[in-house]
Amino acid sequence: MMRFIDFLYAAIKAGTPLLFGTTGEIITEKTGNLNLGVEGMMYMGAFAGFFVGYHTSNLALALIAAFVIGAFGALIYAFLTVTLRANQTVTGLALTIFGTGFANFFGQLMIKHAPNGTPKLSETFMDAVSAKGIPLLSSIPYVGKLLFSHNVLVYIAIIVAIICGIYLKYTRAGLNMRSVGENPAAADAAGLNITFIKYFNITLGGGICGLGGAYISLINGGGVWNNGCVNGQGWIAVALVIFASWSPVKALFGSLVFGATTVLQYYVPKDIIEIPNAFYVMLPFVITAIVLVITSIKQTKEGAQPLGCSNNYFREER
Amino acid sequence: MKKLKKLLALALALTTVFAFAGCQNEAVENNAGGEEAPAADFKVGVIHIGDPADGSGYSFAHDQGIVAMQAELGLEDSQIVRKNNIADGDAVASRTAIEECIEEGCKIIFGTSWGYMDTMEELAAEYPDVIFSHGTGYKSNDTNFNNYFGRIYQARYLAGIAAGMKTQSNKIGYVAAMGSENSEVTGGVNAFAMGIKSVNPDAVVYVKVTNSWFDPTAEQQAAEALLSMGCDVIGQHCDTTAPQLAAEAKGVWGCGYNSDMTKDAPKAHLTAPIWNWGVYYTKATKAAMEGTWKAENYFGGMDDGLVDISPLSENCAEGTQEAIDAVREKIKSGEFKVFQDEIKDNKGNIVCKAGEVISDADITGNMTWYFENIEVK
Repeated sequence: MMRFIDFLYAAIKAGTPLLFGTTGEIITEKTGNLNLGVEGMMYMGAFAGFFVGYHTSNLALALIAAFVIGAFGALIYAFLTVTLRANQTVTGLALTIFGTGFANFFGQLMIKHAPNGTPKLSETFMDAVSAKGIPLLSSIPYVGKLLFSHNVLVYIAIIVAIICGIYLKYTRAGLNMRSVGENPAAADAAGLNITFIKYFNITLGGGICGLGGAYISLINGGGVWNNGCVNGQGWIAVALVIFASWSPVKALFGSLVFGATTVLQYYVPKDIIEIPNAFYVMLPFVITAIVLVITSIKQTKEGAQPLGCSNNYFREER
Repeated sequence: MKKLKKLLALALALTTVFAFAGCQNEAVENNAGGEEAPAADFKVGVIHIGDPADGSGYSFAHDQGIVAMQAELGLEDSQIVRKNNIADGDAVASRTAIEECIEEGCKIIFGTSWGYMDTMEELAAEYPDVIFSHGTGYKSNDTNFNNYFGRIYQARYLAGIAAGMKTQSNKIGYVAAMGSENSEVTGGVNAFAMGIKSVNPDAVVYVKVTNSWFDPTAEQQAAEALLSMGCDVIGQHCDTTAPQLAAEAKGVWGCGYNSDMTKDAPKAHLTAPIWNWGVYYTKATKAAMEGTWKAENYFGGMDDGLVDISPLSENCAEGTQEAIDAVREKIKSGEFKVFQDEIKDNKGNIVCKAGEVISDADITGNMTWYFENIEVK
């Protein structure tokens, strides 16, 4: 039993950066822009979060820096696709390549200037991001460890996802941005400011992706910077958007499933169940494929890609 | 306007043709340059899978060897051609990187990762005047292609002694990049486990596999799984410091790999098996410069100084230094060969009979069993 709790605990931890990335990308896609630069924005956030955390030992500043630089990456994307109307797929890929290079280039410099060639976060900082039990609640057997003994970023991720879910579904601004994503021409006719709505939501989504990157560099690295740390997790977040059928609340569940598949192999009792490792590696992608099949059978308007996604809006071509 | 565009396209095409032709000429000249290159324009190529500037880990360890060789032989910076971040699973990228080295005039090229092997074999046939030296693999030819590797298992045995003397829970974890089918990893974890057993017969070793040589996230996850099972020393055969940092965060200990990870995890790290690649790089480059290089495979050990463990940190248990020094002497003198006498695997089979020694070729290329105190759980 304890092993199962350990497994779920690790799954939540592994799912958190994916949850940030997925939530960010859902916001972006809901406003009608497919941004494949999630990996790049996560890299930028990973570097900025680490760099600021390394120099200031302040978690809040580190997270703000990660958010701002992720938003900045998305702003480049927004300028290219919304204002200059460049191809969204290509621009997103370019952003991924840019972000990866950005983080590794500056990461390299940081390593070069660090004592012993090891940029390591200070102990006060590591203490701030370490897993801490919420008093009283964390002493409940099993549930306490599972739900109330995480590092602070896990809770931030969950709160962000829930707020985004409410924003999309229950606010006027959310309704407006969804209408822009589904049918920008109609939204334009209704008098909405398409450019502003797109810019706002794309940068917001990018900022959230940046937080996911910060999670990877601050928590997963164990406090030491690694070049290449994001290592494809941004792409899994893009796949998760489909899995979560464009709903941040479903993404909570989806990221837990994906997190679980990545750590499953470490918790299966291998002396009892013997499955080749390759199986575990392929599992998340098999699940995505299955979910794609299922969602395409029972198409709902809510759970599908926004109609305007990946098409740029030209008012003159209406 | 259209005409202008066409003209521009033609001009560009011509430029490209000439540019390529230029490369071709240069390459031919270099090849024809002959065997006895004077020291001043002797160039050495190095293909790294990662980035040596990472400050620790695999590529860093190799590059320290290159730096040591450069200092020893007095070469200029411009005489070392590094190609970094070349994915070793990508045959096209590997080939391009090596061919760039050849075009820049390298006379000897070191490929530091397993996956360059087949590409280097092909190129060795195409460029008979260039020396290809490949690390960790097993292929070679009779003229210009050899392989180099070493008995890192000797160092892992010593690290096992440090781990076995430190553990209190008698559970030791090991984060392995590859599963038991990869004998380079398996031989290493076996030696580590044998070192543990020699000082602590009650301890068991748990192995978790990440399926990747470099993945900080997965390495941390595997280490945390081991820690949750009650392990209090974490050994590793993978590239990042994440397992050691996970151990440090939990307040327990670990043995790193490739570089002295005491600087990364000062409160947790005991000692790490390390490579001193400079021993081989200096020897090979010197021979190539003097024209005495021969296509012989190199397999060094502790006696050459190619492998050793990093200085023991103050986290080690009392008496560790003495215990390790005694065994180190025996290994250096050849009296103790690690994989010798009766050895049982964890299924109860006898894999080495009394009085016999397992050959180095079998240890690095043919070992798929786990030692008796290893459990895959």
